[in-house]
Amino acid sequence: MSLTSAHSVVAPSANSKRIAGAIIIAYALISIVPLLWIFATSFKTPPDSIAYPPKILFQPSIEGYCNLFTTRTRQTPEYINSLGPATGFCDETVRKRNMVIAGPSNFLPRFVNSLIIAFGSTFCAVFLGTLSAYGFSRFKVPLADDLLFFILSTRFMPPIAVAIPIYLMYRELGLSDTALGMILLYTAVNVSLAVWLLKGFIDEIPREYEEAAMIDGYTRLQAFWRTVLPQATTGIAATAIFCLIFAWNEYAFAALLTSGTAQTAPPFIPTIIGEGGQDWPAVAAGTTIFLVPILVFTILLRKQLLRGITFGAVRK
Amino acid sequence: MAEIRVQNLRKAFGDFVAVQDSNFVVEDGEFFVMLGPSGCGKTTTLRMIAGLELPTGGQILLGGDDVTMLRARERDIAFVFQLFALYPHMNVRKNIGFPLLAQGMPSAEIRTRVEETAKLLRIDHLLNKSVSGLAGGDRQRVALGRAIVRRPKCFLMDEPLGTLDTEFRDLMVHELRELHNRIHATTVYVTHDQMEAMSMADKIAVMNHGVIEQFGSPREIYDRPATMFVADFIGSPPMNFLGFGGGLAKGAKEIVVQGAKVAVPEVREDIAPADMALGIRPEHIRFDDASKLRGAIYGTEYLGTTQIVAVETADGIIKARVPAEIRLNAGDHVGLTLNSARLSLFDKGSGRAVRTAVHDTASQGRAQHG
Repeated sequence: MSLTSAHSVVAPSANSKRIAGAIIIAYALISIVPLLWIFATSFKTPPDSIAYPPKILFQPSIEGYCNLFTTRTRQTPEYINSLGPATGFCDETVRKRNMVIAGPSNFLPRFVNSLIIAFGSTFCAVFLGTLSAYGFSRFKVPLADDLLFFILSTRFMPPIAVAIPIYLMYRELGLSDTALGMILLYTAVNVSLAVWLLKGFIDEIPREYEEAAMIDGYTRLQAFWRTVLPQATTGIAATAIFCLIFAWNEYAFAALLTSGTAQTAPPFIPTIIGEGGQDWPAVAAGTTIFLVPILVFTILLRKQLLRGITFGAVRK
Repeated sequence: MAEIRVQNLRKAFGDFVAVQDSNFVVEDGEFFVMLGPSGCGKTTTLRMIAGLELPTGGQILLGGDDVTMLRARERDIAFVFQLFALYPHMNVRKNIGFPLLAQGMPSAEIRTRVEETAKLLRIDHLLNKSVSGLAGGDRQRVALGRAIVRRPKCFLMDEPLGTLDTEFRDLMVHELRELHNRIHATTVYVTHDQMEAMSMADKIAVMNHGVIEQFGSPREIYDRPATMFVADFIGSPPMNFLGFGGGLAKGAKEIVVQGAKVAVPEVREDIAPADMALGIRPEHIRFDDASKLRGAIYGTEYLGTTQIVAVETADGIIKARVPAEIRLNAGDHVGLTLNSARLSLFDKGSGRAVRTAVHDTASQGRAQHG
């Protein structure tokens, strides 16, 4: 064996790379199978979705999506025949099952609620978190360590442990079943995570940047805005994704505190009832659509996440 | 440009006193260097002048105005940081123009000013580059550009060459001084590197433990160190000390060191008997077998034109700088002759220099500079 092909001391060997690759692929497959199953189910007909043995190959149908967005009523075949031609694809689909579309379902407003509450609370948590993290990082805050520990301690127990007091409190304050109430709640849960994550990122940004800006004629807020924020984007993006995932997926509080106008998608989707029980294709369709925003958001911010720590003009 | 006057400046962090009753004046257009080991309070003093720290006591006057409690942005000064602090998300042009943007200057004017400045620093070809890819020397020039573009009252620099490679460093020392000669900006420069200080400064303040040990021109500081700390800190190798006992009387011209009589500059004050030290710069030692002051060669360090010879005496090792041609072997016994006119005397207890004829030409550390 020649010297040049001798293995490097620092680079992983070909074998360990192969093993690592295999583990990652296996993990990815295990993670993606349930998602694929949901995606597939959303295009099945209700009988196919509960067929035993489960069907891997099936005739795709958009009945699940039609059922998700509409409410339907059963009619006699005579009545259906007396109607004019079907007005759309969904209309045609449901008529085959002796039903007519009665109106839109609640899915869309629930989905919009989810968007408003999740993005609203993420914005608030990241905004407050960035400012507090900057404060903790740059100023001499009395009892800073204790305060930071206190902030973290709000995450020592599962948030749902305080569900009953919050439920009572919200009822008194009139925050039950309001978007504002849910935004406040998710912000409160996420802000501790945001402060801790962002403090780490901001600590890494040398103070000299703001000091230089302040000497150059800027106020502290301007210096923060123009020199600290642009360099903290990576951290802010990472924090925002964590906050959004929590707020978007949260089920327990949403189920407890929202029932009508402010209900989010997670407690709504399982309540989609079809004929003779759960309408699985509609549930799967709702879940599939529900996954889209978080996927888009993560892909959009992926660049920020991957960019890592910028190679700044500061040498240490 | 303006004069900087620091009066009884003091800064304490809790129990720790970082700067103690500092007093100095940097005259308009002067290049002033604060020199000292790390932790001596030089950077804290600079940051107080900049407005990045508020003093515990004392006053800072900038061009006659009291700015002690003003915010940094209200002082009209420029600061060059050790780590340059160039904004990585802006290119060179934006970095240099950043202070002008704060003043709300129209963008066309910013453009002209930035280009003028870049030309002055010979970085006009880099204007549209990202700062992340720049070499050390160029980063330094961009940082300087950001400082001078605004034409502030004075420049403050905190070890701006500290992170550069030696090669760049010598070049930048030269460039900085040349730049200063061209624009005559009042400059306060902090460093722990005596070579930088000696080669650039009009005036130097040597600091230690928050106290200014000496304030004067590089020549004064080298030739007439006010304290043993200064004598030891400046010079490479530093000043040698040989201990001797007994007091000194006004008018004395001779002391006895290790049984040998040594002529010294005429003493100008009476000193009660105490532990004293004779300070000798390495270049003021010659070898002379007739001398009664003796030692044994311990080792030599060849430097090309000169060599540094370590000589073991009864009072420890002293170092002499002699011509490189002299052949010396370890263990040789030699006699030492000292250049009497250039010797310093110190009180070992306080470290203070004794006033002698050497100080006759000195003028209290001030003036003598135009």
